[in-house]
Amino acid sequence: MALKGNLRDFSTTQLLNLINLARKTGTLTIGTREAQARLCFKEGKLIYAMMDGQDDHLAAMLQQTGRITEEQARAIQTRADVKSDKELGLLLMNAGYVSKDDIVRSVRTCILNNVYPLFTWPDGTFRFESNVLPFEDRITIPIRLESVIMEGSRRLKEWERLQEELPSLDVALRFAERPDARLRDISLSVEEWRVVSFINPRNTARQIAQYNNMSDFQIRKIVYGLLQAGLIELVRPEGVAVSAPPGVPGQAPMAMRRPAVKRGVVERLISFFQRS
Amino acid sequence: MQVVKIVVTGPFSAGKTQFIQCISEIDVVATEKRISRAEERIKDHTTVAMDFGRITVAEDLVLYLFGTPGQRRFDFMWEILAEGMLGFVVLLDSVRPETFREARSILDTFRSYASVPYIVATNKQDLEDAWTPEDLRIALRIPPEIKVVPCVATDRESVQQVLLELLFSVLELMDEED
Repeated sequence: MALKGNLRDFSTTQLLNLINLARKTGTLTIGTREAQARLCFKEGKLIYAMMDGQDDHLAAMLQQTGRITEEQARAIQTRADVKSDKELGLLLMNAGYVSKDDIVRSVRTCILNNVYPLFTWPDGTFRFESNVLPFEDRITIPIRLESVIMEGSRRLKEWERLQEELPSLDVALRFAERPDARLRDISLSVEEWRVVSFINPRNTARQIAQYNNMSDFQIRKIVYGLLQAGLIELVRPEGVAVSAPPGVPGQAPMAMRRPAVKRGVVERLISFFQRS
Repeated sequence: MQVVKIVVTGPFSAGKTQFIQCISEIDVVATEKRISRAEERIKDHTTVAMDFGRITVAEDLVLYLFGTPGQRRFDFMWEILAEGMLGFVVLLDSVRPETFREARSILDTFRSYASVPYIVATNKQDLEDAWTPEDLRIALRIPPEIKVVPCVATDRESVQQVLLELLFSVLELMDEED
């Protein structure tokens, strides 16, 4: 089954969060009238990204990042004996033009440069095809999506979307119980660290904003990023009776209470449905 | 006579009326009206107050199924319908991501009405473009302790399975408390 939809309804941030948490492998294609991007993932990690119409061969990437000159890039591209990017990479390393680290950094930079603008696309159709990966000859670099989501969220400018995703600031935050979510592996800004240092089920997002002199927009943006990166969860503030109005998404659930029917009644209903 | 009530809720056109119709022993008492707004014309009629279905389990035990109106302008009915429910089913339209945000909002609203067990049923799983229950769990941030089950609201067995899963959740809660 393909994941299909429009960024209007399910944003790039949410898509990457889904791919990360579900550890998906495949290709995500996002398209507008003007542009089309293809992002490839392996087990929930971003491994490649390209914009249609853009030269995404290694020579072009090395040139874009200033590792080789335009002339060198042109000379490489005209050589018919170099069949794949992997082969070219080896050739350039053996000839001493670039190091392995240069190649990794260049590919990584080009991948990310293709991904970050997608966070600001308000509209565009998307389709995720499982188990479809880029051409075998390309060099792929596994990049953790938590960091990509955090950086992408920093670029969000849409107040409305943040308001929809996080309508109430009267929720507390706690660290997600995901063993693979490690904050120390993610590059956080000073403001984000400030928020992180106050994360505690006793502090609401509003209080954290006040402690740090942040506007509603700033705190929403940071909390949204941390949330979508799967690093934190929203919870009801400790010691606070919830009386939030109904219809407020994101509010903490009440503890479930036992329904006012006898156990025997439920068991009779179950056996009725199991029989029929 | 003991009456037990289960509510089926979810966004506009998620398949709530079909869900109840599929399992009810009576013709569903539907309060439908012809859709006038062009943007909502993905079907001809919509529920404006509620759908009502009944299943007689025994002479002394009846299950009532109430379907809520999916459109926000009829949401004044939701709280009334939620009164005294044993649990509720949030029905999702698995092929329309444009309804996911609304589904999450409805889910939160119902959780605030009554802290009773609920499950999420991902309808239209027979369609090619359906998002999987696992993906929908992440997309709607459904907590791990809540069941997200596949569903085809036109298939009686599938609907029955959804109701069974909800009843199992009720029983699990009772076990936890005992």
